[in-house]
Formats: sequence, structure tokens, C-alpha cells
Amino acid sequence: MVTPSDTAVEAAQGAPLLTIRKLCQSFPKAGGGRLNVLNDLDFHVGAHEIVGLLGRSGSGKSTLLRIVAGLARPTGGEVRFRGESIDGPNAAISMVFQSFALFPWLSVLENVELGLEAAGVHAAEKRERALAAIDLIGLDGFETAFPKELSGGMRQRVGFARALVVNPALLLLDEPFSALDVLTAETLRTDFLALWAAGRIPIESMLIVTHGIEEAVLMCDRAIVFTPNPGRVTAEIPIELPHPRNRQDPAFHALVEEIYIQLTSPPTAPGGSIVQHPLTPGSPLPHATTNQMTGLVTELGSAQYGGKADLRTLARSARLDVEALLQIAEALQILGFAELADGNLLLMPDGAAYRSANTQERKTIFAAHLRRHIPLVEHIKQVLDDRPRHEAQVIRFLSELEDHLSKGASKAVLGTAIGWARYAEIFSYDAKTGMLSLDNPSASSGR
Amino acid sequence: MTFELLISPGATTRRYRPNRWDVLAIPLVIGIVMSLVMGARQAIVRFDMGDRLALSLDPANLPGYALRSTLRMLIALVASLVFALTYATAAAKSRRLEQVLIPILDVLQSVPVLGYISFTVTAFIAFFPHSLVGVECAAIFAIFTSEAWNMAFSVHQSLTTIPADLRDASAVFGLTGWQRFWRLDVPFAMPGLIWNAMMSMSGGWFFVVASEAISVGDKQATLPGIGSYISIAIQQKDLGAIGWAILAMLVVIMFYDQLLFRPLVAWADRFKFEDTPGQIVPRAWVFDLLRRTRFLPWLLHPIDLALAWLRKLPLAGKFRPEASPAGGPRSVLVQVLDLVWYAGLAGVAAGLAWQLYRYLSPNVSASELLRVFRFGFETALRVFVLIMVACAIWVPIGIFIGLRPRVAAVVQPIAQFLAAFPANLLFPVAVILILKYSLDPNIFLLPLMILGTQWYLLFNVIAGASAFPQDLRDVSKEFRVRGFLWWRRVILPGIYPYILTGAITASGGCWNASIVAELVRWGHDTVRIDGLGAYIAQATTEGDYVKITLGVGVMSLYVALTNRVLWRPLYRMAERKLRLG
Repeated sequence: MVTPSDTAVEAAQGAPLLTIRKLCQSFPKAGGGRLNVLNDLDFHVGAHEIVGLLGRSGSGKSTLLRIVAGLARPTGGEVRFRGESIDGPNAAISMVFQSFALFPWLSVLENVELGLEAAGVHAAEKRERALAAIDLIGLDGFETAFPKELSGGMRQRVGFARALVVNPALLLLDEPFSALDVLTAETLRTDFLALWAAGRIPIESMLIVTHGIEEAVLMCDRAIVFTPNPGRVTAEIPIELPHPRNRQDPAFHALVEEIYIQLTSPPTAPGGSIVQHPLTPGSPLPHATTNQMTGLVTELGSAQYGGKADLRTLARSARLDVEALLQIAEALQILGFAELADGNLLLMPDGAAYRSANTQERKTIFAAHLRRHIPLVEHIKQVLDDRPRHEAQVIRFLSELEDHLSKGASKAVLGTAIGWARYAEIFSYDAKTGMLSLDNPSASSGR
Repeated sequence: MTFELLISPGATTRRYRPNRWDVLAIPLVIGIVMSLVMGARQAIVRFDMGDRLALSLDPANLPGYALRSTLRMLIALVASLVFALTYATAAAKSRRLEQVLIPILDVLQSVPVLGYISFTVTAFIAFFPHSLVGVECAAIFAIFTSEAWNMAFSVHQSLTTIPADLRDASAVFGLTGWQRFWRLDVPFAMPGLIWNAMMSMSGGWFFVVASEAISVGDKQATLPGIGSYISIAIQQKDLGAIGWAILAMLVVIMFYDQLLFRPLVAWADRFKFEDTPGQIVPRAWVFDLLRRTRFLPWLLHPIDLALAWLRKLPLAGKFRPEASPAGGPRSVLVQVLDLVWYAGLAGVAAGLAWQLYRYLSPNVSASELLRVFRFGFETALRVFVLIMVACAIWVPIGIFIGLRPRVAAVVQPIAQFLAAFPANLLFPVAVILILKYSLDPNIFLLPLMILGTQWYLLFNVIAGASAFPQDLRDVSKEFRVRGFLWWRRVILPGIYPYILTGAITASGGCWNASIVAELVRWGHDTVRIDGLGAYIAQATTEGDYVKITLGVGVMSLYVALTNRVLWRPLYRMAERKLRLG
């Protein structure tokens, strides 16, 4: 593992194409103050390399990509591309979008030509270059088709052709394969890597945001691991396997394992000490439903795992990507049902008790843990207890949360908390009136 | 916006040799262009206010008159299109403008067009003295006002819902603001815009009929057209001529539908933002025909080149990210500018209010004001009752039709067609019946108010019932949910937003129609009921501008209040709770 400040790598790879120093990004919060999304970020992308950005959701990977693309301006620090500071979209930086972002009213050819048209390329040259890119990326015969006629894989090929036709030096990829099914993603990735390895793509370097760890190990020369709240780089892992890479290779396994451990390890402060965040009512909560948590606890306690499972195996058998799995695992961890350590998930005694209980007992156990470990739930419960009619507008708690979190995050966190508390029958919520209350819908008022 | 679907990308290099489809298409296009030119030439003749144009009730003149009306409609449509795009873009690009422009649009939408027609006629004639152009402009303006506001709303709605990834892609690939406007904003707004234009045609024809023959006080302005033909037929009590006019109107609407809107809707389908090819692809024979020709690409190629050239104009800069991330606390300078802006707006508003007060206060007594509000209440009550009655009739019928796809496929275009037909053409028939059988106008004039707008209710309900998910129908069948329970628990909640949309549109139309429906003439006979509509109509005939202003103001107030207090909360509730999926 190489620390971010190690300049030896930089020197070995020549002058970096992209340099990021002390980058900070924060957003204003509703109640004043700012929410840090990226904090003191330092890294670089050298010439002729593929760099992968990995991290849990909320670690600011996509924010970083938007800054490099010139779509957003950071609040602090600098981003230099070929030595020049980035202050808007750059003709030599191109991007492939997760959602493809194709214009539905333009044909494949016109979509590919878009960047050339904006650059004022002459009609004949424009057509020639676009056709060449379409040819290269394997879209022959689809020139006149419209995006909605194409399958997801073909659409993303258009996305690639459109990004490559402008001859960028740096290509940004924002989870380019995650909207595709596994087989299609594999085909596209293999085709693209083959073109890159054969030197048929005139790009210098690539920066790819992904949450597929295997994808990162398959594609990248270096993986950079982000930790959330606020986003910072916690590890840089060089991947020096020769292309094409073999998933069965033990060295491949070792790298995947190493990244898993980095991703799941508790956040460490810059000094190396483990940061323990005691949750407050304004803390973010992982996005997981009670059904998912119950499912994971059940799976974890099954004979197959016996209370301890490797996250990678678990993700595969549960058919979840790491990101989603981590959210559920983290929820179990803060509730005291399980523990994350070194890429493994361990079932705790309370989790085991929850697993073997019946439906009503489960609710009781869950309720007790919620009130003990999730201050937000306890806070709402106490407010409701104190009110003479035992009810309160949900807006009230939402605006409280907005003092600590962004608008969207507040909504998500409150939604998660209400979902958990409803399951545990701690309080109930009426979506029609926006009221939280202690009483359950009685038989008489039920229609 | 480009015509690239018509010109397939390969076609630019292909020769423009005529093929068999051109045999049909060339005469069609040339014929339309020629008749439009002929119609336009007649408008430039000398005219002074008060001149009576020689209009004859000879049916042989009707095609010519119909052409003139059609032309007015077309000009108004183009003007509305340009207005909608510029107005909505201005509102979407500037926060400060948006704060003013959108509420203004909202108010404008509540103002009854027929109410202020008398003002616009006078104003336009002052602009173009001694020429019919002024009167033409006034008529076109009336049609424009019936279409422009909701088209602008539609564009604004589209512009604020453009997917973020497409905006990002335009920025990353270096499109300038101007290029983005043509490549992203306009195409994205297109389907909604065309749909809205088609829907507001009903209002458009209504105002063609109402605005071609205007008399303000002792001044009269008559333009050759179907509307003035009708008004003369009414003066002369010529029932046969009215029959001919109705026939001509039906033919004109059919032409508009077939030659203009169906091809446009079929063309706009490509701009729909959807992932999969639509289940029902709108088709139009004219569109299919034109697409197969070689002549049309040849005709449109210059337009396409012109648009490409237009896109290249260096009219706006490339995207630059804002210094402070969106939603950040604004800088002191911006806050000061905001303050100045608001102060300016408040000043203008206060000045206008003062002017209005000075204009009205010496001439309007408190009792008159009270009387107008009472009239308004009466009309409001009528509108409310009519909407309820229309719902009771059309909701079950619409559900019946909508749940049967084959019936719906036949009935839906007919309902749309009927909606476009200006109901005021049928008023004379009603008056004759009321006079002949001495019927009570308080009951028998009422249907006229909703005659034209009830169709909105019908085809919204049909659309809702057609979209009702099959699995929900299956579930209710499986659990034997039938009779009253099925209505209350299944279908009515399921299509409630559609019913509401229909009812809102219909009630807006009702208010407008009250101005012509509460006071109806047949020769020298007049049938009237007391109400705000009749009040405005009476004031217009007398040329009493104070009363017109008062009446229109109060009516706008009623409409705006009903929207705020009744319709919008209902709609929001529907959106929140009853949205399917």
C-alpha cells in the first residue's frame, strides 16, 4: 500500500496529467453552516494509467468527478489538468455517464457528432470522425437508429463513442457499467479494455468511479479508496497485474480482498487512530430496510456461514453489490446485531437472539435496540411522549435534521428512521396528514 | 429542433429525385402555400373604423372566409409558439425574472379573454389607423391569448424538468447556451408544447368566432371570416346560413386536425423522453406520406441547413460552473441587487394599483361593486353546478369507454374533434328553441356554458381509464369487488387525478364562455340571465370601459381564487396520495 503523499510513484510515472491538491467541497446546510463532502483531498492521475475511485456511498466520489469534469467548482484547494487550473468543461476531458445521457431525439450518429458540432468541426470531417468512432466501438449499422431502439449495452457503446470521438486526453467514467446487466457489462468492459490494450483508443488516462471492486481490479492500474463523512482518501492500492487479467488468479483474489478490507475498515483519522462517532439525533443512517436486515442476519447465522462471513462471498450469494451490502451491514453494526471487521461480518449475540425469535419477539428486540442505539428514534419518541396528544408533524423533525444534513439526506435519514420505528411499533406515521403519533390505528378508525 | 427525422441522416447525400409519393405531396404542399398567400393578400386593404365590409351570406363565399379565419389561427399559433419559447426560457434561466414572470402568467391565465377584447381592438386600431391590419391584429391577439399562456406554462414545466444528466452531457461536450437551447431545451419541450397547442385549439376557434365581429359601443369592426359570417347570420336570422357555417367550421377543423396537428404530434413523438419505444406510436397519413417523399427533404434541406447555421451563432457562452455550490448563501452584492429588484417591482405594482384605483373610484359606487361581486358569485355557482353535472354524466361514460380499448380508439379522436369545435356556433340554435317554447333561460342557457368544454372532461376520463393498470383490474375481479365498492375503492381513486385535470380545464373554459353564454342574441331578441358574464357582455356592447374593467377584474379574481383555494390543493392532494406506481 502506498500512502497518498508518496511522491515516488509520481516521479516514476512522469508529469501527472491531473493533480488534485487539498481539494475541499462543502454544501450549505439549511440551518446555516456547511456540510463537508470532500476534505483535503490529494491525489493525481499520471500519464497512461487507469485510476479507479472506490468508496462507500456519500464518500464524494461522484462529486470529485463532477469537479474534474468542470461541472462544479470546489470550495477549496486546486485541480490542475496539464498544469492548468480547471474552471469549466475542458475540450480535452470527456465523460461517460452512468445513465448514458443520450439525447433521445438524436440518432446514434448525431449523438456521437454532438461534441464535434459544439467544437465547430467542419461537416465533412465531423461525419468522418463520427463514423470512425462508431466503427471502432462496434456500432456499425446502428448509425441511423435512435437510442430508444437500442438495448442498454448498445446505448452505452454510443456513450463511449461520443466520449472518444472528441479525442480527449482524460476520460472520466462515472460507474459506466452499473446500469447494465452482468453479462452485458462484462462484454462491454472486455471489448473496451481490449481496445485500450491494443492502443487503439487515443486517450492518455482514465479516471473511473465504480463500486464494483472486481471491476476496479480488472481495469485499473491503481485503486484509490475513499472514506465518507467527509470524503477523504484512506488508501491507494497499486494494481500491477498484466492485462488481460484473470479473475481466478490468486494475486487477483488477494487484491480484491485487500480493497474489501480497506472499504470495510472503520474510518481512521489522519493520525491513524480509529474515529468513534457516537451517533447523535442528526447523524446519517445507512440506507437499509428491516426486511434486508432480517434477511442478512438470517443468512449470516445459517449453517453455511455459522455467524461469520466474508463480505465478498456474502455479496455474491445475496446478489447485492458491495455498496448495498455495506449499507445493510453497517445498519446491523450500529444496532449492535453484527460487527464489521477486516472484510468480514460477524453475528453478535443480540443478532443471534433476533434471528431465532418469532415475529412479535423480533419486534420487541428490534425496538429495544433502536431506542438504545439510534438517538433520532429515541428523540422522536420522547417528543411524542411529552406532547399531550402524543402526535407531532413530521416536518418538525425534518427541519431539525436539516441543521445537520443536506435536504435530500435529511429526507432519506428520516424515512429510514420512521421505517424502522414503524416496524418496531415504537410510533406510527400517517402519510396523508404528515403526522407522527404514538397510537396505532385502532380497529374502529380502520376503514 | 430539426427536421432530421424527415431527412434520414443518409439522405443529405442522396439525390432528390422525385418518387411516386411526391406526386401526392407536391400538389398538397403547393396548394396549402398558395391558398395562404391568397388569404393574406386580402388583409391589406384600406379601411376606416366604422366602415361596414360587404359580407355576403352566400355560401359560395364561405370557403374564402374560412381561409381567412384559418390564416388568423395559424398566425396566432406561430406567435404563441415564439412567445412560449422565449417567455418560458427567460423565466427558466433567470431566478429574478422567474419570480415575476410565472405569477404574471398565472394571473393572465385567469383573465377572461373575451372580457378585454374591446380594449385590444381599440389599441390595435390606434396602432394601424386606416387599415384592416389593426382589426386583424386584435382578432389574432384574442386567439393568441387563448393559446399562449398555457403553452408557455408547458415549456416552463419542461425546462425545469430536463434530466440533470442531459444538462451535464451538454456542458461536458462544450455546447454553448445557444446550442443547448436548440439541441436540448427546445426538443425536450416539444411534445408538451404541441400537445398543449392542440388542446388550446378549442379556445382558439371559440375566439375566432367571437372576435371577428366586434362591436364596442357604437363602433363596429367586422373581418371577413367564419365568425363574422355567423354574426351577420344571427343579425339577419338566417338559419340556413348558420347551418352552412357549422358545416364549414367542421371541414376547417378536420383539415387542421389532419394536415397540421396529427403530423405534428407524430413528428414530436421522437422528442418524447422515454427509454423504450412507445406502446402507441402516433401515426398520421400526411406525416407518413411526406416522410416517404423525396420532394420534402429537398424542400426542408435549406431549413435544416439554416437551423445548423443558427446553432453555430456565437450567441451565448459555454457552461461555467457557479463559484459557490448551488444553494449557497448569496453574496452581499446579489442580496443588494435582490433588494433593489424587489423594491422596483413593489413600486411598479403600487403605481399600477394607484392608477386603477384612480380610474375606477370616481365611477364605481360601493353598491355597484357589491352588485358585481354578487353577479360573480352567481356565475361561480353556475360553473360549479355545471361541472358537477358534467362529472356525473361524463365520468361513468368515460370510464366505460376507457376500459374498452377498441371503443376508446374510436371515441377518443371524436371527443378531441368535438372539443375543438367552437360551441358558440350552436348558440343561435339554443336561443331559437328557448324563444320558440318560452323556456326558462335560467336553466336552458346553462348548458351553453359547458357545451364547449365538457369534452375535456370526457377525454381526460377516457385517458385515465385507459391507463388504469390491468393488474389492479384483475385483482378487483379476483376479490369480487363490484358495484358501489368498485367505484369507491378502485376506479374513482385510480383515475381521480385525470378527473380533476378535466374538471379544472372545463371550469376555466366555463368562466370564459359565460361572457357569451349568459347573454345571447338572435336578431333583435335577447336572452339573458344575470351574472358576471352578462354584465361584461352588456358593458362591452355599451362601450362602458369602467364597467368592463371592473367586471373583468372581478372575474379574474374569482378564477384565480378558485384555482388557489379549490383546484390546486385538490390537485396536490391527488398527486401525493393517489399517484399510481
